[in-house]
Amino acid sequence: MPETGSIEIKDLTVRYRNKIALDGVSLSIPAKGIYAIIGPANSGKTTLLKSINRTIESEAGVSVKGQIFIDGRNTKRIRDIYELRRRIGMVFPLPVGLPLSIYDNVAYAPRIAGKHARSELDEIVERSLRQAALWDEVKDRLKSLGTMLSGGQQQRLTIARALSHDPEILCLDEFSIAVDPVTTMRIEDVLVELKNKMTIILVTNLVQQARRLGDLTCFMNMGKVVQVDETEKMFSDNPGNQLTYDYVHGVFG
Amino acid sequence: MKNHGNTKNLFAATELINKKLRAQRIVKWIFGLMSVAILIPLVGLTTCLIIRAWPSLTWDFLTDVPKQGMRSGGIWSALVGTMYTVTFSLLVAVPVGVMAGIYLNEYARDNWFTRIVNLAVVNLAGVPSIVHALFGLGAFVVFAGLGKSILSASLTLAIMTLPVIIVSTKEALLAVPLTFRMACWNLGASRWQTIRTIVLPNSIGGILTGIILQVCRAAGETAPIMFTGAVFYKAVQRGDLFPYKPTEQFMALSYHLHTISTQVPGVPESMLYATAVVLLGFVLAFNTIAIVLRTRIRNRKKW
Repeated sequence: MPETGSIEIKDLTVRYRNKIALDGVSLSIPAKGIYAIIGPANSGKTTLLKSINRTIESEAGVSVKGQIFIDGRNTKRIRDIYELRRRIGMVFPLPVGLPLSIYDNVAYAPRIAGKHARSELDEIVERSLRQAALWDEVKDRLKSLGTMLSGGQQQRLTIARALSHDPEILCLDEFSIAVDPVTTMRIEDVLVELKNKMTIILVTNLVQQARRLGDLTCFMNMGKVVQVDETEKMFSDNPGNQLTYDYVHGVFG
Repeated sequence: MKNHGNTKNLFAATELINKKLRAQRIVKWIFGLMSVAILIPLVGLTTCLIIRAWPSLTWDFLTDVPKQGMRSGGIWSALVGTMYTVTFSLLVAVPVGVMAGIYLNEYARDNWFTRIVNLAVVNLAGVPSIVHALFGLGAFVVFAGLGKSILSASLTLAIMTLPVIIVSTKEALLAVPLTFRMACWNLGASRWQTIRTIVLPNSIGGILTGIILQVCRAAGETAPIMFTGAVFYKAVQRGDLFPYKPTEQFMALSYHLHTISTQVPGVPESMLYATAVVLLGFVLAFNTIAIVLRTRIRNRKKW
């Protein structure tokens, strides 16, 4: 029985009409820990995340082939995809505060899942906002609109929202784009704490961030996996693959 | 340093700049004049109507029934008839139109079927009201056997307003950014949960505005009802709120105005104008509600 939070991707091919976004990707992401994914633009990183929670299927003209197993269960066979999505926290590069109060933003997913007890929601909201390093800034105005926060704050709100339903898997897609360096470091500290509790997939353009945080690092290029290895080895002087070496050392990309 | 002499004249007016500024002034004035110009007919029409209608504009005129072959009395019978048809037509058109709009915008995938439906809706919105009238006559009065009645007229009005309600519902939903929906889906919300919690609360104002504008249209159109149930005269008690059964023929404001201005000789002029003022007042009142709604919603814009 695989541990909760493990992901097994088998021969995943995703096409947008005529364009191939993922080309036969097979990955084995172990439970717990931080799995960093790096690669230049257009390498299929975001598509990979969207395939994991199956939101890719609602996009027009997409065809998905191959299988993804979460905790050994084929995600294609899961009837309640909403349950699947609740077990996966998603954070995308552009922050989206829902047009609700800060409190309601974070309480959204728990409420959808049928939790309505005020005390329970209060606790979830505070815990999630603390984990996203946003609590201190907003604790006195939880009733104001989430959409009126600054870009960086909205991004942390998105992270709080993703953590609100206690996911087994947390996918972060270039979360630090809209966040200042100090806050980024605070969130990174949180991620290091969280990785004992959940599997974190960290897609990042900042190779140094992958180096700091990743237990394993995966390098993708043009919809294919180039190399997966211990982060230390990937960033060493001899990763075993010339393309990897060139990318992490800034020779190309 | 050698360009020193030129920097002084860097912001000096050249022929090109003068020309640009002149064009900008002229264009601004023309556009502004046009905006004022559209007010002239509206203000002129309303004041002219009200002045001529003034002697007849009394509370009695609203609540009394037509007397002496419509040459005196009021317009109660027609006013109630119009309210009936408008209400019944909305009861049909709003649920169908709003739900269809939600389906087309939120659920339907982009395929040949939805493209045909969308095309049909847009084309239906452009069909002249007289064609709707003939369709109503054939479909409801004759084929469905409802006869000339409030029901037939209301259903005809419903068919006429439906496409515009669908289109305005879709537009209102489209104004809610897709990213909100995606954020909800990522949190495990189903489509319906997303619509209920995020999409509808933020588009309801636009949807209502579209509906209200169709109220005005349903109240004002004459052709669709005169083929399907509106009559020249019907005896009604003064102030009676339920004078017609749904299966009966009825009097309506727009048709009443038509008949007393063209079919009945010797109607006092002020009564004609007063009837027009009531019809116009009906429309303006609903338009005002729509405007107030829109402004209030714009003021609490959430993103």
